Amino acid sequence: MSEALLEVQNLKKYYSASKGMFKKFGDSVKAVDGVSFTIEKGEVFGLVGESGSGKSTIGKTILRLHEKTDGDVMFKGKDVFSLSRKELRQLRVQTQLVFQDPFSSLNPRLRVGDAIGEAMVEHGLVSKREVRERVLEVMDKCGLSPFHIDRYPHEFSGGQRQRIVIARAMALNPEFIVMDEPVAALDVSIQAQIINLFSDLQRENGLSYLFISHDLSVVEHLCTKIAIMYLGNIVELAPKEELFDHPLHPYTKALLSAIPIPDPTAKRERIILTGDIPSPINPPSGCKFRTRCPMATDLCAEKAPDYREAGAGHFVACHYV
Amino acid sequence: MNETLLQVKHLQTNFYTENGVVKAVNDVSFAIREGETVCIVGESGCGKSITALSLMQLIPENGKVEGGEINFSGKNLLDLSKKDIRRLRGNEIGMIFQEPMTSLNPVFTIGEQMIEPIQEHLLLSKKDAYKKAMELITMLGIPNAEKIVNLYPHELSGGMLQRIMIAIALSCNPKLIIADEPTTALDVTIQAQILDLLRDIKKEFNTSMLLITHDLGVVAEMADYVVVMYAGKVVEEGPVLELFKNPQHPYTKGLLKAKPVIGERKDRLYTIAGQVPNLVDLHEACYFADRCEHAMDICRMKQPVLTEIAKGQKAACWLYEDGENR
Ligand SMILES: Nc1ncnc2c1ncn2[C@@H]1O[C@H](COP(=O)(O)OP(=O)(O)OP(=O)(O)O)[C@@H](O)[C@H]1O
Ligand SMILES: [Mg+2]
Repeated sequence: MSEALLEVQNLKKYYSASKGMFKKFGDSVKAVDGVSFTIEKGEVFGLVGESGSGKSTIGKTILRLHEKTDGDVMFKGKDVFSLSRKELRQLRVQTQLVFQDPFSSLNPRLRVGDAIGEAMVEHGLVSKREVRERVLEVMDKCGLSPFHIDRYPHEFSGGQRQRIVIARAMALNPEFIVMDEPVAALDVSIQAQIINLFSDLQRENGLSYLFISHDLSVVEHLCTKIAIMYLGNIVELAPKEELFDHPLHPYTKALLSAIPIPDPTAKRERIILTGDIPSPINPPSGCKFRTRCPMATDLCAEKAPDYREAGAGHFVACHYV
Repeated sequence: MNETLLQVKHLQTNFYTENGVVKAVNDVSFAIREGETVCIVGESGCGKSITALSLMQLIPENGKVEGGEINFSGKNLLDLSKKDIRRLRGNEIGMIFQEPMTSLNPVFTIGEQMIEPIQEHLLLSKKDAYKKAMELITMLGIPNAEKIVNLYPHELSGGMLQRIMIAIALSCNPKLIIADEPTTALDVTIQAQILDLLRDIKKEFNTSMLLITHDLGVVAEMADYVVVMYAGKVVEEGPVLELFKNPQHPYTKGLLKAKPVIGERKDRLYTIAGQVPNLVDLHEACYFADRCEHAMDICRMKQPVLTEIAKGQKAACWLYEDGENR
């Protein structure tokens, strides 16, 4: 049944550090340093990690919003980095990106209806005559009222703006959406509305998502498979139940234990990691997590652990698992 | 329990804007006892920060505290002169904000910014103040104190800066620490470190804390007592165990149900329909009525008052008023 929609093999994205604030390190920033994963059709794939772990870079690279350094990205069996112009245009319809800040991702001078309809017309999916009707349809799906169509973005709250951004993405009838922290800026009550909208749209349209988040509780709710990143690498990847019920990597365990739970009677063993997240400009040798890992040994400093399958569909990179 | 350290009564803070008067803090009352951590929780714009800033008289220029009392160690802070308030800040009351970067001066070293207030408030020589700063930095788990004092704010990570802010807040042995979203800008594993640190401080020095957050998880971990705000008002308050076990106000209940929780796998999240009202031109009503599943006619006509519903637990909701009070 499972059918790979997106296949990522050993993807690397290094930013040149010869300019700007990274100059003094002379070297490059290894934002994404060899990651592999597969997203199947209809799957909601969660990508979790703290700041600087490379989540957003992966999201943009797989959509070919910028060039890769190395590795392969195949979307529906085609190499994303060797598409013809026509195929690339097609990719721009089939795939969409929704990101965190609903304030900066909308043009303030464009009415909501035009913002949502613009790309549809540009890609020739509907005629000018039909566009309004189609826009209203999408708006309705995304929980916006018809009278919103002629308003400007500044007249909307954060949650409504995120609905507009989602409607704009949905308008093209995509197969795959990269969501980069799409609810991080929203309040709990609004966040719940938007998360339910994501579930509905996904189910009704058989969509696949790459859902990027730092919030494990949101990811657990929404995703079917989850990858945990640390400084440019995936340290663990598993189906949701497996990852939450049997985490293997010490970083995953620490991350899970660090999330505050809204229950004052909850008794938990807390693993408090010492130290800071190292800079991706100058990461530790061997296993990059070793400087904060409670189980690190000399081996971890000498050699980076292999990323291997520890159980069915459960991948991990640690010398001691 | 212990004595009351801070008592806020009927605090009213308004902003004057082009669109009208914004009642940012609208008749807010609460108390903090010695050694107690009180959390104010609520969504964006409900008045958490302005409440904290009102206590310190640090509200933006177009705003004004227009009513109420803030009693702290026997004084009404609203009667104090600017100079006295300044002395209180960073002396008896320490403050920590969400963005440590914006509360520190980028052109001075960490050491310079720590030593000066210590000298001023504790009347120490420069050398002793330096020693005290080093002690504090080390106590907060920052390695290489000698090196850190010579660095500038931008050379430190967010977590480190927040530790420095806590060190500065602690430097004058305050009775009360006001922390406004101190971990919101930090990664989870760093947040865990900072929360741990704040807990240790409370244990060791019996410092009272006013902790502002929008994260119910942080509240559950840190609070002794919880104040829930909505649209400038306190809608519910109570001891942490009772409030989480038995929330009374439909808004509190909704918030607790809407948040996805690790280990709870539900098909759909509970949602609170609609959105927060505009704080300009609010008319007499329960401000939550438009989003409330239980709204009755009276809710749209009259403001409910905060009343004790269960032992120690108060809520402002018409569901709990019996006929004669309506
Ligand atoms: N300078 C100002 N002028 C006008 N209105 C203001 C000003 N500062 C704050 N407000 C308003 O006061 C209300 C309360 O703001 P406050 O900053 O206390 O919210 P908050 O609960 O801290 O929110 P957040 O969770 O986003 O920090 C908001 O409606 C806000 O728009
Ligand atoms: Mg605030």
